[in-house]
Amino acid sequence: MKRPEPVQVVKQRRDSALQRLVEGVPYIQFLGIQIDRRGDELTGVLPYDDKLIGNPMLPALHGGVTAAFLEVTAIMELTWSTTWADMEAGKLTDVTPRIVLPKTIDFTVDYLRPGLPRDAYARARVNRSGRRYASVHVEAWQDNRTRLFAQATGHFLMPQRNG
Amino acid sequence: MTDQTSVNRNKIARQFIEAIPHAQTLGMLLTEIGDGTAEITMPYDDRLVGDPETGVIHGGAVSALMDTCSGAAVMVHPTAPIATATLDLRIDYMRSAKPGDRLTTRAECYHVTRSVAFIRATAFDGDFDRPVATATGAFTIERAPE
Repeated sequence: MKRPEPVQVVKQRRDSALQRLVEGVPYIQFLGIQIDRRGDELTGVLPYDDKLIGNPMLPALHGGVTAAFLEVTAIMELTWSTTWADMEAGKLTDVTPRIVLPKTIDFTVDYLRPGLPRDAYARARVNRSGRRYASVHVEAWQDNRTRLFAQATGHFLMPQRNG
Repeated sequence: MTDQTSVNRNKIARQFIEAIPHAQTLGMLLTEIGDGTAEITMPYDDRLVGDPETGVIHGGAVSALMDTCSGAAVMVHPTAPIATATLDLRIDYMRSAKPGDRLTTRAECYHVTRSVAFIRATAFDGDFDRPVATATGAFTIERAPE
C-alpha cells in the first residue's frame, strides 16, 4: 500500500499555490485582502483600514470596497476550485505559466447592512462551473457569520485551458 | 433652477465626494453635475490592476467608481436628499478598460420615490463610443424632516 504524503508536503504545495494566485494581483494587495485556507475551503479576510471608508459620518465601509472584496473572493474561489485537481497532481509549480483568471461578465451586490469599521470576512460558493461560464455566489459578514452585511452573485467567463 | 440653488448643489456634490476617504484614495474627481446626474473620473493606477498579464484594472475598482458616481447622482437629485446608501448595484462588464486610460463614469438618477432612488451608470475609458461597463442600482434616500 502507498504511504500517504507527509502533511507538510501537502500544506506547502497548497499554500504556495494559493500564495502565487493572490500575490499576482496588485489590487488584492492594495485593499489588503488576505485569503485564509482550511483544507480546500477559502475565506477572504479584509482587515479594517481608514482608507476603506465610504461614509465618514456613520462611519461605514465604501460600497465599492465591499463589492471589490466580494468579487475578489468569488474569483479566487472559482480559480482555486477549478485548478485544485491539477494543483494536487503537482502540475502547477513555480515554473509553470501563471494561472489565467476568469473574467467577470456581471456582478450583482446586495447591501444588507452598513459595513462597520472593523474586519470583514467572505466565502464564495461555485453554483455552476462549466467549460465556458460559471456562476458564483458570495457572502460577507463581520462579527456574526449569520448576520451578513452583503452578498453577491456573479457570472464569469472561464479562461480556455490547454490540454 | 436659480443660480443660488445650483451653487448649493455644486457645493453639496463636491463636499460629498471630498468627504469619502476611499474616493480620495482612488483619486476620484467630480467633473460634472446636473439635475440627478453626475460625472466622476479616476486616473489609471498600477495598484488597481486586477490582471498583471494585461495591466487591466480590477472590476472591483470599477465598482467603487460606479458606486460613488451613482451616490453623487442621487445626492444632486432636485428633491434634495440629505443622505443615501447603496441597496443594490449590478454591474455588466462589456470589455476590458484600456491599460493606462483614465476611467470616466456618468450616472443618472432617473426615478425617485420618498425612500428609494433608481440609478443607471456607464463607465468609459478613452473611447466614449464603446462603454467599458454599465450599472443599474437602487439606493436608499434619507429626507430632511418636514
